[in-house]
Amino acid sequence: MLKMNHISKEFPGVKALDDVSISVEKGEIHALIGENGAGKSTLIKILSGAYTADSGEVIIDGEIIKNPSPALMIEKGIAVIYQELMLLEHRTVAENIFIGRYPKTKFGFVDYKKMREDTLKITKELSLDLDPDAIVSDLSVAKRQMVEIAKAMSRNAKLIVLDEPTAVLGESELEGLFKIVRELSQKGITFIYISHRLKEIFELCTTLTILKDGKLVETGKVCDYSIDMLVTKMVGRDMSDIYPPKQRNIGEEILRVENLTRKGILHGISFSLRKGEILGISGLAGSGRTEILRAIMGVDPIDSGYIRINGKICEFKNPRDAINAKLGLVPEERKTQGLLLKQDVTYNTSIASLKKFVSKGFINTKKERKAAKDFVEKLRTKPGAINIITQNMSGGNQQKVVLSKCLSCECQILLVDEPTRGIDVGAKQEIYNILNELTKDGISIIMVSSELPELLGMCDRIMVMNEGHMTAIVDAKDADEELLMYYATCDVSASASA
Amino acid sequence: MENAQAVSAKYSKLKGLKESFAKLKYYGILWVLLVIVLIASIIQPEFIKFSNIVNIIRQIAINGIIAVGMTFVLLTGGIDLSVGATVGVVAVSVAMMFQRGVNPVLAMIIGLLIGAVIGFINGLGITKGKIVPFIMTLGTLTAFRGLALYIANGSPQSWRNSGVNIKFLGQGDILAIPVPVYIFLGVLIMAHIILKFTTFGRSVYAIGDSREAARLSGINVIKTEWMVYTLSGFLAALSSLILISRLSVGEPTAGEGAELDAIAMSVIGGTSVSGGVGGVIGTLLGATLLSVIANLLNIIGISPFIQRIVKGAIIILAVLLDTKQKKSK
Repeated sequence: MLKMNHISKEFPGVKALDDVSISVEKGEIHALIGENGAGKSTLIKILSGAYTADSGEVIIDGEIIKNPSPALMIEKGIAVIYQELMLLEHRTVAENIFIGRYPKTKFGFVDYKKMREDTLKITKELSLDLDPDAIVSDLSVAKRQMVEIAKAMSRNAKLIVLDEPTAVLGESELEGLFKIVRELSQKGITFIYISHRLKEIFELCTTLTILKDGKLVETGKVCDYSIDMLVTKMVGRDMSDIYPPKQRNIGEEILRVENLTRKGILHGISFSLRKGEILGISGLAGSGRTEILRAIMGVDPIDSGYIRINGKICEFKNPRDAINAKLGLVPEERKTQGLLLKQDVTYNTSIASLKKFVSKGFINTKKERKAAKDFVEKLRTKPGAINIITQNMSGGNQQKVVLSKCLSCECQILLVDEPTRGIDVGAKQEIYNILNELTKDGISIIMVSSELPELLGMCDRIMVMNEGHMTAIVDAKDADEELLMYYATCDVSASASA
Repeated sequence: MENAQAVSAKYSKLKGLKESFAKLKYYGILWVLLVIVLIASIIQPEFIKFSNIVNIIRQIAINGIIAVGMTFVLLTGGIDLSVGATVGVVAVSVAMMFQRGVNPVLAMIIGLLIGAVIGFINGLGITKGKIVPFIMTLGTLTAFRGLALYIANGSPQSWRNSGVNIKFLGQGDILAIPVPVYIFLGVLIMAHIILKFTTFGRSVYAIGDSREAARLSGINVIKTEWMVYTLSGFLAALSSLILISRLSVGEPTAGEGAELDAIAMSVIGGTSVSGGVGGVIGTLLGATLLSVIANLLNIIGISPFIQRIVKGAIIILAVLLDTKQKKSK
């Protein structure tokens, strides 16, 4: 159905794609995998018409596409659903599906009645559970993805590209998405599926293409591969040693949370954290994982409960108080919450700990740069990075800058939220090593993650959240993915007593 | 040999200067400015006369002080439309205090405080009331211009018969350079140091970059923003004092449109209206560019109406070039 032959694309200084060819058959669910920077997005942007290839050709149903543009590619049946969805938040589902081609009445006004009926027709045909009149901002991320799929199908898409659709979904929402994808593929719709979660590829996809450093590694049937093989081909590393060995020296209790409550969001959460320990928090998206970290950090006000640090009750009215008490937060959204994207690494490193660098009211920039340089070296961030604007860095390096910021505050308790989201395998491993080394320095870590293997590989204990309740705390060595999933989805009222 | 070393040292110093300018992103506008000055001095030798240059920098000074405050506001991602009205309120209140025999120094201090209070009110509405800066300051712009007209009963307030003499502030010279220029440069240098080397300055940039990231980094976003608007009001009042001293009269319409000039100067100087990028050195260059062009057009006798068209075009062109430059990176 689709062939992209000998595609090359060069950006100033980078060869993003080098003679890459890919061929996708009708009705396939074709996985496109590779590390960040392997060329996946560039390839997809060429397919969607957003970029023009320097050389090579795109063939859809045997027709060579000349002068591709986004409009032409949509006409040819290509739809791309990006991780950051392109929906109008304040408009209804129906309006979003028909955006740009609203049905009109004979007077030239928008025919809302017809639009609504057509939306119902589409959602029924795809058996999607969507209310045409719902406002998009009220919908869950999973539902929003359905709107995107409905939009694509209403435009008679023949090939749908899903760019990391599951990075923002909880495990239970995955199944819903997979079901829709499978059904559509049986109807002859072709999918290209991009994901960092390799497990999903075995669950969902039939064929795969591996890219590395802008070059094609190979194309094959999914059943001929194992996860370890894929990782090796993607990065040339073995999966088994991606997590550093846990040789923790766990000390006294440093943090105790008692009965932490935020009405309707967190219900009486109690746990403790010991020096040098990594405590994981598992659970589906929206289960209250992130909210625990935010409550501890003083970002959101709590209704009742106590936070004790070294036995002393602490009341944090804002993040500043928490930072002063030697807490640090690596937030969920690296780009909007963690970094000042327009500023350089030095500036980002010192922003939360400027007090340290101030003498007589002025910042000692020499001292500041020296500190930034030390962290760049310590965390093995891109060498000589201190003057680079963080916007221009890869996800892994960006995350190291956020970590530097926390460490510059000399934090003793580090709260990390999805520390490796959207980061390629190689950089993930580096983040794991850094976190592990920090525990050796006596820093205690609470780690929220959607990736169960990551929690199992990194944490000493894992607590599980479900609908704002803590349903379990288990030793990582006694746990597996099934157990964590069980607690994440079990009946809250039943487990509360267990 | 020694000579060669000296030359190379000088060269490397120059190179360092060049690099630091490039780093400051003012490179483009500096070139434009140099080219315009060069052209101006060729076609109109009068342009580079000392008296004319003094005239230009005097013009820059009064509006430039307001623009420095505006740059702070823009850096946080906000906007302050009320500065022109603040100039008006301060102008008439101080003038009327002079008329009534209030100690001139005290009157001027009260004038500065009035400006700061107006800024404080803006800050209150924006931070505590969560009103969008554009709307909040549009409201205070309208209201305070009304207040200025009301208390002055719509007419200019002169203090000729009161015996107060503050001419030195707006009309005096030190070493042949106008006093307002010293004040402006003082404000500018302080502002630059505050922005680059103090926690407050860093917070200003951080908030404009990402409010959420700034808050999570322990920055007191509300306090910082509040201070920024207060500062903007204060600087508008300072500019107003120089203005009335220069004109020897406090007009209720003083400073009309000054907010737009201040925004134009900041933006031409590379400060982003979405916040987080820019600085007051750029604002100086932006103010200079606008004044130089206005002066040149004046000397060669272009109609003031046409001058406005040119100014508008420059604003658009400057931002267009800036966006292009960023894209090409």
